[in-house]
Amino acid sequence: MADEQLIETPERERVIAPGYTFGTVTDQIASVVQTRHTPGFWIASFVVGFLLLQALLLSVVLLMWKGVGVWGIRTPVMWGFAITNFVWWIGIGHAGTLISAILLLLNQSWRNSINRFAEAMTLFAVACAGLFPLLHMGRPWLFYWMLPYPNTMRVLPNFRSPLVWDVFAVSTYATVSLLFWFVGLIPDLGTLRDRARGLAGKYIYGFLAMGWRGSAKHWSIYETASLLLAGLATPLVLSVHTVVSFDFTVAIVPGWHSTFFPPYFVAGAIYSGFAMVLVLAIPLRAVYGLQGLITDRHLENSGKIMLATGLIVAYAYIMETFMAWYSGSVYEQQAFWNRMTGPYSAQYWFLISCNVVAPNLLWFKKFRTSPVLLFASSIIVLIGMWLERYMIIVSSLAQDFVPSSWALFRATRWDWATYWGTIGFFMVLFFLFVRALPMISIFEVRTLLPQAKVREEVRR
Amino acid sequence: MRKPDGVYGLMAEFDDPTMLVNAARAAREKGFRRLDAYTPFPIEDLTDALHLHRNKLPLIVLIGGLTGGFTGYLLQYFTTVIYYPINIAGRPLHSWPSYIIITFELTILFASISAVLGLLGLCGLPMPYHPVFNVPRFSAASRDRFFLCIESTDPLFDRQSTTKFLESLDAKEVSEVEH
Repeated sequence: MADEQLIETPERERVIAPGYTFGTVTDQIASVVQTRHTPGFWIASFVVGFLLLQALLLSVVLLMWKGVGVWGIRTPVMWGFAITNFVWWIGIGHAGTLISAILLLLNQSWRNSINRFAEAMTLFAVACAGLFPLLHMGRPWLFYWMLPYPNTMRVLPNFRSPLVWDVFAVSTYATVSLLFWFVGLIPDLGTLRDRARGLAGKYIYGFLAMGWRGSAKHWSIYETASLLLAGLATPLVLSVHTVVSFDFTVAIVPGWHSTFFPPYFVAGAIYSGFAMVLVLAIPLRAVYGLQGLITDRHLENSGKIMLATGLIVAYAYIMETFMAWYSGSVYEQQAFWNRMTGPYSAQYWFLISCNVVAPNLLWFKKFRTSPVLLFASSIIVLIGMWLERYMIIVSSLAQDFVPSSWALFRATRWDWATYWGTIGFFMVLFFLFVRALPMISIFEVRTLLPQAKVREEVRR
Repeated sequence: MRKPDGVYGLMAEFDDPTMLVNAARAAREKGFRRLDAYTPFPIEDLTDALHLHRNKLPLIVLIGGLTGGFTGYLLQYFTTVIYYPINIAGRPLHSWPSYIIITFELTILFASISAVLGLLGLCGLPMPYHPVFNVPRFSAASRDRFFLCIESTDPLFDRQSTTKFLESLDAKEVSEVEH
């Protein structure tokens, strides 16, 4: 064995509130799940989500019955809401992977109390995102045509197309997110199994925990696996939104055809994702009294990340406009002029005020430490980021090269019903998760306690 | 390799991680090799104390990743050059820059799946039954207690003397683990 390393690690700042023990942490998080009491907030949110989910089911049935024409997609704006929502949802998912993978690699231990539900958010956001391209195909039951398999039609996907890359990127992302999330859950499922009083709980959590017993041998392999998965998920999450942005940049449509879309999209994804993390964390910690675990410091850090990514997004807007002018291409210049002064100018300036102007309030510590104001600004960011995707997709397609082919996009009520329906779908999944599984990683929070530190005099 | 006295091992319970790490070091120094500790969260010093730093998982993940990468590239090469050659926009049949994305994605996919399967395989999970769960207080190992178990397959294991040894380590309680 190597000699003891003499590198002094600086004393960590306290992440969670003082006074917790291993037992109280366990009880507080697990009792959210293992109780007969369901708070009114949970029931109300679930009911809202469930009703919206019915809107989704209704519009999907109608879509399959009548065809994609029930949406407002008409030539030339054939992507409309569907792809806007796809990009918006998948972007929201990215914050979960950022928190669980990138912040793990960067040794940011404060992430330990928000990573679990952020990963769940990723998973459910990707599920919502995945619905849109499937429904947009018109005949969703033939989705398997996108996969390369030998078939009697003698047709295979074109591997030179970004849309095929997207199939691989998004399905890999969904799979890896699910695996990462489940691996993170195993030790906590063991805790729930050992705490369960009823037979059903013992069996279900016991089945899912697969016999986890917290052996030191297992923990050492487990830690390696977490690091490796984090190392794999980090380039993956960056690649997914890069590939999503390729759907646009590889095309020659003015307003899309630009080389800095990948970093711009990734920054925007993390921006909206952290907004969603805050939208979920702020009410949850208030309802379940988890302020000691998800502290104001977590909210403030998320606010800082939102500010940083928001500034990157603002820079991207400025550069995008500058490059349109500097390119000397009349089409590019016209596309941006149309955005700012044309039929979509109201949405454009609203988007600028949501995404560029509003987040500057986060420079103030008072603003970042007030949960109510942070919640409000997160909602503003979510609206702004949705408008950004709408702007990129709709305004670019509506007015491209030849004015004779220009036409405006009008969303139908079924566009809105599908969009709000996926928000309901997300809420239903998320609140079921909150009720059935520990929304904060119990074992990772235990490592944050001062008692978890092995005292120095042991070292020789 | 069951000994005639028929126990799986002896389990000592500790209150905090420092005591457990001390005990694990002492047991290693005494010469015990077939021992394991059970804790509610990963403890870096314990991994040191039990000399558990090496495992095969990185190798498994590397092999998985390379398999995924080759699968991705060969899938595209075979499809576009051999099985279904078609001229799209005058690009060469073997247009490798376009293959990068899917090659990368499948590398990550295969590597991640091998990481999870490797984790389960190396840990021997799922494992529906294990003797340590027979210890009544063991359910606290997933909560706030720390356990050290010396297994009966260890050559130095002896019911009486090992119990004495564990008690000398300030264990809160020493109990036998039945099969």
